[in-house]
Amino acid sequence: MTTTATRYEVVIGLEVHVELATETKMFCGCRTEFGGEPNIRTCPVCLGMPGSLPVPNGEAVTSAIRLGLALGCAITPRSQFHRKNYFYPDMPKNYQISQYDVPICENGRLEVPTAEGAAEIGVTRVHMEEDTGKSMHVGESGRIRGASHSLVDFNRAGIPLLEVVSEPDVRSAEQARAYLAELRGIVLALGISDAKLEEGSMRCDANVSLRPMGTEAYGTRVEVKNMNSLRSLYRAVGYEIDRQTVLLDAGEEVVQETRHWDEAAGATSTLRAKEEAFDYRYFPDPDLVPIAPDAAWIEELRAGLPELPAEIRARLTSTYGLGAEQAVTLVDAGLGPLLDEAVGAGAPPSEAGKWLANEVLAWCRDEGVEPADVPLTGEQLSELIDLVDHGALSTKLAREVLPGVLGGEGSPAEVAKARGLEQVSDEGELGQMVDDAIAAQPEAAAKIRAGNDKAIGALVGAVMKASRGQANPQRVNELLRERLGI
Amino acid sequence: MSLSEAQVRHVARLARLALTDEEIDGLGAQLDDILSYAEKVGQVATVDVAPTSHPYPLANVAHVDEARPSLPREDALANAPRVEGNRFHVPRIVGEEQ
Repeated sequence: MTTTATRYEVVIGLEVHVELATETKMFCGCRTEFGGEPNIRTCPVCLGMPGSLPVPNGEAVTSAIRLGLALGCAITPRSQFHRKNYFYPDMPKNYQISQYDVPICENGRLEVPTAEGAAEIGVTRVHMEEDTGKSMHVGESGRIRGASHSLVDFNRAGIPLLEVVSEPDVRSAEQARAYLAELRGIVLALGISDAKLEEGSMRCDANVSLRPMGTEAYGTRVEVKNMNSLRSLYRAVGYEIDRQTVLLDAGEEVVQETRHWDEAAGATSTLRAKEEAFDYRYFPDPDLVPIAPDAAWIEELRAGLPELPAEIRARLTSTYGLGAEQAVTLVDAGLGPLLDEAVGAGAPPSEAGKWLANEVLAWCRDEGVEPADVPLTGEQLSELIDLVDHGALSTKLAREVLPGVLGGEGSPAEVAKARGLEQVSDEGELGQMVDDAIAAQPEAAAKIRAGNDKAIGALVGAVMKASRGQANPQRVNELLRERLGI
Repeated sequence: MSLSEAQVRHVARLARLALTDEEIDGLGAQLDDILSYAEKVGQVATVDVAPTSHPYPLANVAHVDEARPSLPREDALANAPRVEGNRFHVPRIVGEEQ
């Protein structure tokens, strides 16, 4: 429903929060696990008790630098932590420890593949901060308005976050989706977060504005929150572009505000108006000393970066000869390693790519399984493809074998046998079916004998039907030709 | 440096302090004194001296990423004015939703 309005240029900047998969919180030794009973992972530091002192998590600093390097950022020689002051019960200290004017990483860029072609999005900065606690609002709506009081759980308070801020370079809903997908792929490749949008371990806010085509000055921007999937980011941004287009076309003004995306309603609504800029009174946190990573260590981290999604895609297209679109699909789904495994086990890359991008992904979608966690080995996929290659299974039968393999019923050959899906290549059995088919359709047989090669299709079809799809079509063809003497 | 009354009221509001007019005057003067005192640094600081965020010549103090025991929940909640369902009960929040 996104309008491709040519009257306006879309200007979008994205802010993405990545919850790090460290064992402990950003400034204390409490665990970072997800869920569980409320307030069981807190200590004097993350509860903001007087006299407690925060100490940064070294692993979180390493993760921040690695992400910065992967995004082509410059690593700041000496960065520091600031206090962001605000009153809200989700932070017991009345401030959040964050980074302000000297973030750990700056000036990166991300090239993202989109359905509309490649787009280059600038990355302004990556900074470290701590997550807030979780508030539950008690009242009929469950929302903050109309609540009688709120209940706070500080298990999440202090979990390390990286905030990645993009330049306002994003020009469409599709680019926004592609940027988040690419960033997620990089985070997963680095192994620094499980990056689950649905569970909030990766969160994205979009600042959306429009300006008349060909002009420079930015229009009034609206911040859109609460998108918890790539699809919902795409829909929310598309909705917001349409909403602002209608307003501007009618000569009305866009109000600067924060809007909440409602997935079920497919619409955004006002969360809060920005009457005045928030005054967070940032100042350097005197409890924390600067982060000054050694240049040699940074180079060591750079050398240790894994193969990133863009590099994997380039390899899949150049070395394996896959199409660009299929490479994007496979890499976005995190199926690159499985493809490599299957090829390593002997599968032709194009066949393995096809199976993964189509059948395997469809199964994951239906079963609600994260593709990267699909219970399939490269060995199994390679075996399945081999069975089709050697005529033991037709492609159609192989599609029925796959769910059995994914369901843990055994190897492809075992599943085919157990489910009775093996292709019939037995000469005696096939010969009987071929003879029956010739007897049942004497006219077709006569035509073939008279040299009409095309008529053979009808007889092959009859045998396939009789065998409920399990006959080896190639062998059937050969037998028919033998019997009919052509 | 001289703070206006409006600036003092703004700072008080940000700190959620309800001040009387007399307190605004008195505290405003004190804030002025503190700011003029701190301003002296500006007289000696030169462009080639980087701003100092911490008095100690230390950097890269970090903790090893290994879990340590958290507080027993009773202790964590011991100072809460009110507890409900093992969570901190806080008064109605008006304003932004997070």
